[in-house]
Amino acid sequence: MYNGGKIFAGLIVFICLITFPVWYNVVRGKAAYRPELKIVTEEKECVESSEYMRNEHMHLLDDWRNSVVRENKRTYTAYDGKEHEMSLSNTCLKCHSNKADFCDQCHNYLEVTPTCWDCHVIPEEKKL
Amino acid sequence: MGASFSLLTVLVLVLLAFMGVRVAGWDPLFGVVIPYTALFVFLVGVVYRIWDWAKSPVPFRIPTTCGQHKSHPWIKGNNIENPSNIFGVVIRMALEILFFRSLFRNTKTELRADPSPRLIFGENKWLWAAGLAFHWSFLFIVVRHLRFFTEPIPFFVGLIEYMDGLFEIGVPTLYMTDVVILAAVTYLFLRRVVIPQVRYISIAADYFPLFLILGVAISGVLMRHFYKVDMLRVKELATGLFSFHPVTPEGIGVSFYIHLFLVSILLIYFPFSKLMHMAGVFLSPTRNMPNDNRKRRHINPWDYPVKVHTYEEYEDEFREKMKKYGIPVEKE
Repeated sequence: MYNGGKIFAGLIVFICLITFPVWYNVVRGKAAYRPELKIVTEEKECVESSEYMRNEHMHLLDDWRNSVVRENKRTYTAYDGKEHEMSLSNTCLKCHSNKADFCDQCHNYLEVTPTCWDCHVIPEEKKL
Repeated sequence: MGASFSLLTVLVLVLLAFMGVRVAGWDPLFGVVIPYTALFVFLVGVVYRIWDWAKSPVPFRIPTTCGQHKSHPWIKGNNIENPSNIFGVVIRMALEILFFRSLFRNTKTELRADPSPRLIFGENKWLWAAGLAFHWSFLFIVVRHLRFFTEPIPFFVGLIEYMDGLFEIGVPTLYMTDVVILAAVTYLFLRRVVIPQVRYISIAADYFPLFLILGVAISGVLMRHFYKVDMLRVKELATGLFSFHPVTPEGIGVSFYIHLFLVSILLIYFPFSKLMHMAGVFLSPTRNMPNDNRKRRHINPWDYPVKVHTYEEYEDEFREKMKKYGIPVEKE
């Protein structure tokens, strides 16, 4: 065994780095945390199905933004034929007025930083 | 042959994950059992191989150098290209590991027929550039993935993610490293196929890791931008794995399991393959030693006392007989 000490030290560093998620989660003790989304509305359904909204809401919002800002088209026809105003503040936030308990829950959990609030004013929280 | 076999293998792996999850519904197998097995094989395998290397004797100083050796005080030595102490070695190794310095010197030789047959030598930086782009992208991508493994997410993950998606192209943001890694791996593959000499020496063990990593990257990009999965549940599964409370939540898309399966196969394959250069680069005997042959005496550590029979002893033994036959002796 030559330079066994150095190689052993290197191995320890390697194992520590590889197992970072394991001991980090142990140290912080929050691995079991799950975000909780609060839906504060009487409405039964979003503009599209929940499934669609969960996976595709970012595309929908992006399309709305482009449509309104670049083409001045403000009416969205949903899959069921219902018409909605393409507006984050007036349509989305009418039901989901609780950014901290709705948007931020998943976004913070997954380190997603949407650019909505670069322009839009963060709405006042509706107290439950 | 090697290339098509490797491609086929990766495609079969993808199909296996697809069938296993979509048709057979073996989520716990693909979401828990295989990833745990992969992590175990990876860790134990890598440690074993490094330990195996560590046991090999390193008797001589064999650094390959390309700079002026430190000698007289009035000759300027180059302590990085020809390190004479540990400090130089550390700098040299760091440059090698972080920036692939020796590959930077890669040259090409070509036989030109025109105007007269001659051998020409030139720089060849493409392999270095693609290799560097690939490895750094891979590192950033791995670090970025910590956002799925940890809760709360460490600050540097957000920083890297922000830098990576700096251009804010599309929603969700296109990561620069995704583009770079796909381009770089594609180049590394094409290089093997297009350059005749490289193609000649390429075997399945060269193509398979390339296709596997390409598969991992493509499945990841597809999952992020096209075949969406429920990220909330993905993180539940991932944090569950890393905190040893494994769960396989319902309704994660199959594209996630394909991605995870390919990553698991990569981890399992790792210790048995040339990918071990990750550890091997640290143990390169031609790089990690100071060139101090003339300053320090290096005694071969496995030298054992050899039984020798010197001339004096020989003469002592045969003196009488030698004298008898008139052979001159040194001692009377």
